[in-house]
Amino acid sequence: MAKITLSDLKHSYDPNPKGPADYALKEIDLEWSDGGAYALLGPSGCGKSTLLNIISGLLTPSNGRILFDDKDVTALPPNQRNIAQVFQFPVIYDTMSVYDNLAFPLRNRGVDEATVNTRVMAIAEMLEVTDMMGKKAAGLSPDNKQKISMGRGLVRDDVNVVMFDEPLTVIDPHLKWKLRSKLKELHQKVRATMIYVTHDQTEALTFADQVVVMQEGEIVQIGTPVELFERPAHTFVGHFIGSPGMNVLPCELREGAAFFEDNLITLEGAIEQGSGAAEIGVRPEFVKLGDAGLPAIVHKVSDVGRHAVVEAKVGDTSVKAVIEGEVPMQGSATHLSFDPTKTRLYRDGWIATRAGT
Amino acid sequence: MKTQNQRAWFFVLPVLLLVAFNALIPMMTVVNYSVQETFGNNVFFWEGVRWFEELLNSERFHAALGRQFLFTGIILAIEVPLGIAIALAMPRSGPWVPVCLVLMALPMLIPWNVVGAMWNIFALPDIGLLGYFMNTTLGIDYDMTQNPFAAWATIITMDVWHWTSLVVLLSYAGLVSIPDAYYQAAKIDGASNWSVFRYIQLPKMKQVLTIAILLRFMDSFNIYTEVFVMTGGGPGNSTTFLSIDLVKIALGQFDLGPAAAMSLIYFAITLLVSWLFYTLMTKDDAK
Amino acid sequence: MRKRSLVPIVYIIFLMLPIYWLVAMSFKTTNEILSGFSLFPQTFTWDNYVTIFTDPSWYLTYVNSILYVSINTVISICVALPAAYAFSRYRFLGDKTLFFWLLTNRMAPAAVFVLPFFQLYSAVGLFDTHIAVALAHCLFNIPLAVWILEGFMSGVPKELDETAYVDGYSFPRFFVTIFLPSIKAGVGVAAFFCFMFSWVELLLAKNLTAVAAKPIAAAMTKTASSAGYELGLLAAAGTLTIIPGAIVVYFVRNYIAKGFALGRV
Repeated sequence: MAKITLSDLKHSYDPNPKGPADYALKEIDLEWSDGGAYALLGPSGCGKSTLLNIISGLLTPSNGRILFDDKDVTALPPNQRNIAQVFQFPVIYDTMSVYDNLAFPLRNRGVDEATVNTRVMAIAEMLEVTDMMGKKAAGLSPDNKQKISMGRGLVRDDVNVVMFDEPLTVIDPHLKWKLRSKLKELHQKVRATMIYVTHDQTEALTFADQVVVMQEGEIVQIGTPVELFERPAHTFVGHFIGSPGMNVLPCELREGAAFFEDNLITLEGAIEQGSGAAEIGVRPEFVKLGDAGLPAIVHKVSDVGRHAVVEAKVGDTSVKAVIEGEVPMQGSATHLSFDPTKTRLYRDGWIATRAGT
Repeated sequence: MKTQNQRAWFFVLPVLLLVAFNALIPMMTVVNYSVQETFGNNVFFWEGVRWFEELLNSERFHAALGRQFLFTGIILAIEVPLGIAIALAMPRSGPWVPVCLVLMALPMLIPWNVVGAMWNIFALPDIGLLGYFMNTTLGIDYDMTQNPFAAWATIITMDVWHWTSLVVLLSYAGLVSIPDAYYQAAKIDGASNWSVFRYIQLPKMKQVLTIAILLRFMDSFNIYTEVFVMTGGGPGNSTTFLSIDLVKIALGQFDLGPAAAMSLIYFAITLLVSWLFYTLMTKDDAK
Repeated sequence: MRKRSLVPIVYIIFLMLPIYWLVAMSFKTTNEILSGFSLFPQTFTWDNYVTIFTDPSWYLTYVNSILYVSINTVISICVALPAAYAFSRYRFLGDKTLFFWLLTNRMAPAAVFVLPFFQLYSAVGLFDTHIAVALAHCLFNIPLAVWILEGFMSGVPKELDETAYVDGYSFPRFFVTIFLPSIKAGVGVAAFFCFMFSWVELLLAKNLTAVAAKPIAAAMTKTASSAGYELGLLAAAGTLTIIPGAIVVYFVRNYIAKGFALGRV
């Protein structure tokens, strides 16, 4: 188990990158502490798998260093880094039994059979696969195969970090939550540093203590699930996390205040100096319908179970609100009010208001 | 899941008619001959299983069969490991891969008797590249028309030249279909090169290798043209394989009965070995 | 890494040596061939090729070969397509037995069929015609084509068919305009293998023809025996038979490897 430090990391698949557009990873500085559960969240092609492969040593970064417990491992091959990785598609050795699969990483490192046996049995116990130890791995169902590949990662007690690359992609939906909670449980038991890469916000938010949100090779925000939800540092985070995503509304700045469709909007705090296109961001959960506020017309109402999503038009811009209880009629006039402590200004996507006191 | 549909027979009908025309009628002719004796003029006498008994007890047939199994065994033992080794050494991608594949496929696309003629020219003791090299440069007395060992060695080299590429192409197809994640996982698990081959590459190549070995078995067991052109079955009878012997009996001596009986036994052996091999190779999958 | 790439290179050199020798021989004069060993043609000559292209008994055999190989490829693919579709999409009475029986024909030694084929095709009056050779080669090629095409077709999801019917396509129109384009790589591979096996096979082709449909490869046997003074001509004819194969393999170079991998055993 180890602390992981990424310092000034850049990577390009092009040997002679010309501009920032050629970089799959633009500039990454990160520190992950020992024993934590982390998630790398972002859409496909945002560079999260590249980052993962750099940490595991399958890729050598064009620039920057990787440190495990302050020891530089940038130049080390994967098998000397003491890491484990679980891939998108379950990787198992078809011709071996489940037991041999789990024992494989240990035997390759010359561990004696008695230790192999105790470790393998302990892991099998944790994964609840003890009853299939003698079976050939080829005949297992996808979720059991993925369990075995997780097991191969966890069987060594000297691993610095276990990495998961979208491990639930091929698992049936009804088994996904089971494996997810199994993972969480495993993390609590073995206390290894774990990094979980996914494009699914639910997976990231339920697994991780801390989530790193990436977009186009850059880290846009690092924070706990609550922080990401309550105070997105970038409109992208607001969009990507939450369902429906944050309302991002065009606005005008006059005398240090923000106006949306000519209405003054109260923000969480003072606006920082700067330039760039300004937008107001507020989550639908913090928009209320009522008798006072911005005049709006209810455009669409969709009931999604516990609550309803109301889409209202203020001028030509539509604003979403999450309403519990009674819903308004379509086409009726209403007024919208934003929770001022959760309403923020963004410039070129980045947050530009100081947190309220 | 496939749907049950008997009308599918209409789709299969053209194939069935064509293949039946080509397979059933000749097969019936063969069966017909195999139980009769003829002295020409379309006069036939019933012989029962006499030809079969004679053949199964004939030393000539035993010798040809033995040579056939020896030959097929040797070329499989060379071509399969060699083909796998070459496929493993090929890069997984790159501009040179299609060029290599085209060059490797070339020998398989040359008419079989041209292959024979080509190797004849190649092996001519005085003016062939191979023959000249053996005799003049290495000083080995080499002439495949005189020396049975030289004839065998040349035919085996010819077959390796002709067909190893099939094993290479199929193994390569199996290899490139292995996802990168397997190699990455093996690296992380600390697997040696041998373990990667034994536990990842070989199992993933199993299906295509089954096809390769089956095809190589069938085609080498039925080899005729190349050998006929190169040695004509000689020197002596040293390279008289089953097909060569069969054609000698059928067209050379016009002994239709024994030839037909031999055809049936020959075909049965090919089928039996193919079936045994196929069942053995796919036994694990069925479980 | 560099050491490893040496293996395919050495192998390819081994493959090219006899071919080189054949081609080199075809450019040598008879005098040079008879006078002894020479690594390169000393007096480069096109004479052997000129002989082949001016003598109809030579060049017509070349046309014959291409003709029956093409007919065979077209027939094999045309009848194999619907059959492969049936095997990949439907279950029907005896389907597995039928599929296996088809494949057993691929295992039959050609030598077994020489005489019965001669009698059969003589009886139906097709002896010494292109169509006879084309039909005879169907025995090996149709099972192979069905096998390869079935593998490719099974890779196409069944939903494609269903969507097309929902959209109101008739079966023939669906098959030609939607299904065929989606397996065109498979058709290419199957056609390649049909071409290949029909092109290289000689035992049947030779025995089913006499003059009118005689294949080029058979024409070569007339010089094969006369060792020595016609070697140059033989080598030139041999060299010419390599060309069609080389052209065809070039077109399917990106599919060869995949072709068999997708077929099912």
